[in-house]
This record gives sequence, structure tokens and C-alpha cells, in this order.
Amino acid sequence: MTSKRYARSPQVAARRLGDEIMIMSAPDSTLFTLNEVAALIWEASDGSLALNEIVERDICPAYDVPADLALQDAELLAEELVAHGILLRCEEPVREALEPK
Amino acid sequence: MIAGTCLAASGTTPRNKPQGVIVEIGGIPILLRSGDAKFRAMLEQRYAGFLNPSAQPASEFTVYLNPPRTKMPDEDAQVFRNDSVWHIERGDFRAEWDTEAGRGYVRQSANPYAIDTVLRITHSLVLAGKSGFLLHAASAVRDGRAFLFAGASGAGKTTIARLAPEDAKVLTDEVSYVRRQKDGYFAFGTPFAGELAKVGENMRAPIAALYLLAKGPRNRIEPVARSEAARALLSNILFFAEDPEFVEWVFQSACEFVGLVPVYRLTFSPNARVWEMIG
Repeated sequence: MTSKRYARSPQVAARRLGDEIMIMSAPDSTLFTLNEVAALIWEASDGSLALNEIVERDICPAYDVPADLALQDAELLAEELVAHGILLRCEEPVREALEPK
Repeated sequence: MIAGTCLAASGTTPRNKPQGVIVEIGGIPILLRSGDAKFRAMLEQRYAGFLNPSAQPASEFTVYLNPPRTKMPDEDAQVFRNDSVWHIERGDFRAEWDTEAGRGYVRQSANPYAIDTVLRITHSLVLAGKSGFLLHAASAVRDGRAFLFAGASGAGKTTIARLAPEDAKVLTDEVSYVRRQKDGYFAFGTPFAGELAKVGENMRAPIAALYLLAKGPRNRIEPVARSEAARALLSNILFFAEDPEFVEWVFQSACEFVGLVPVYRLTFSPNARVWEMIG
């Protein structure tokens, strides 16, 4: 199982519209639309949980899908979002996200 | 300090500022000063219906006239910010606007297009902070409600405005002025005209619907899902700056707008019967 962690880029504006999330990249005004499943991953990506933990917690129970298959898709999605600069790859867990402010 | 630059360059003093005209669009008055009486007269003619000499200006620009260029540039304006000062530049003009001081300057030739662009950009920047935006759209008021018709060049904005029945007041055939107020989104008339070459009615009304224009053999109206509506809206918003804060404001305004205002795709053939479906 992967332990990769991802965090939402601060350089984007995002808003949930129904089941989807719209994201606009500030540097180049590019628009992205995330579907229902991608939106769950995006919202949970705060740098504190590993991707496999997000998949097991949010995706598998909701969609009745095997964890390994869901994780493969989630990794592809996360890396695509990294390539577009709207998710950031984290080497270490982001502790701040776990601690209440 | 841009004010210092202006004053030094023009030889004027704060006690001897050039006269100006106050152009009020969307409830936001902007004072345009110029020492050139013919240029002021041109402004008064171009923005007739939107002049408000008694308004307290929200901002002011002093216009310095340069010799005309032989060729008008057609490139987009560059808009960027250093602290509180916005820089707006195109081949035919250069402007700075200090949002904290509430004033700026424009260096341009005596053509109306440069000052028109500066006004559009200034209003788009002001509106962004007020949950509003300028939109590539015709708009008209019917029975006290505003209807917006958005689309790129050639989509039919001027056509739909030209076909408007007598009881409809056309706010613009080119650039719609959208502003969030406490009781919803309102459209305001603008002097920013397209092919119709006619200044819009200076009035405001709550927005009842946004139509995304498409040409087709039959008139048809279809609802548009919110995410598609937001994408279409964002693609038609006049978006001059790449400043992250500005982008965030405009993006959030567009998403909020499509949550409050119904959005439809209006496919139409160019005849007046299309207006039987509006309102």
C-alpha cells in the first residue's frame, strides 16, 4: 500500500457545485471539474492522511470497490492533479491539519 | 507614488487640477479629468446618460493626451498589481491606478477607445471586490426583471438586443454589469456598446435569468447544470488580471451567481419571436 500524501495547492480557488468540485488555477485561470469520487479525494487531501487511508475511509465504503483497484485510480488522479499544479505531493504528514486551531 | 509622477509630468498642482466629468456606471462614480476641453466634450457625449456631476467620485483619473499613433494596436491590455497600484497597459495607452489613494492617471491619445478600456478594466477590478463582474453579454429589462444573454463575439448578443420588443429596455448589447446587492444579483445599464453602437439605459433590475446564446434553426430553451453554467459564465467574464486574489474573488462570484440565478441555453434563429420565450 502506498503512503503518499497530497495537499491542496493554495494557488487555486475551489468550490463545490452539487456533486462536483470546480477548481480554478490562479496562475493561468485554467478550470478543472472534479467528479463525485475525485471531489472526495480532493477534499480529503490536506496532507495529513495518506492516499490509501483516504481511499479506505472515504471511497471503498461508499462505492463498494476493492481497495487496491480504487487506490490505483486514486493515484492516477492525484498525480494528474499534481501535474496541473492543483495538488501538491507531501513528503511528510502535514501535522497542522490534524491539530485543531 | 503615482500622484507625484502625474503632477510633475503635467506641471499642475493640487490647487490647479484639470476639470473633469463624473461618469457613474453601476452606482460607482469615477471622475475623469482632462485639461483638454475637446476631450472632455467627447467624454460627455460618449457617456451621456451616465454623467452625474453631483456624485462623490469613488476614484479619479487624470488623462494626459499624447500625439495620436498611426496604427491602433489590437492586443489585449496587460493588467498587473504592485501593492495597491494597478498598472494597465496596451500599445495605445498606459495607466496607473492607486486603489488606496483612489486616483490614477492615463496617458493616451485623444481617442475614446483607450479611456473606454481603462473604465471597463477599472470597473471589473472594483466589482471583483464587491462580488460582481463584467460579462460578455447583452442584457435587457422586461417587467422589472433583467435578462442576460451571454456569448462570445458572433454568438448573437447584438442580434438579440436588436430584436428586443418595445417594452424591453436594453442595458447593453456588449458588456453587462453584474453586481451583488443584499437582495440578490442586479444588472446595471452600461455605456459599453457593441455593434449596436447605442448607449444602454441607465437603470438597474434584479437578474431573473442568464441565457447562454447559441444559433440554431429553431428557438429552444434548455436548463444548464450548475457546473456547466459556472464554466460558461467564467469563460464570458471579462478577466483582465492574473492576480491570485482577484481570480479567487471572480471565481467565487461566478459560482455563487449560478447558485442563485437560473441559467439556460437559448438556441435561437434571428427573428423577434424568440422574445416570446423571454420573461
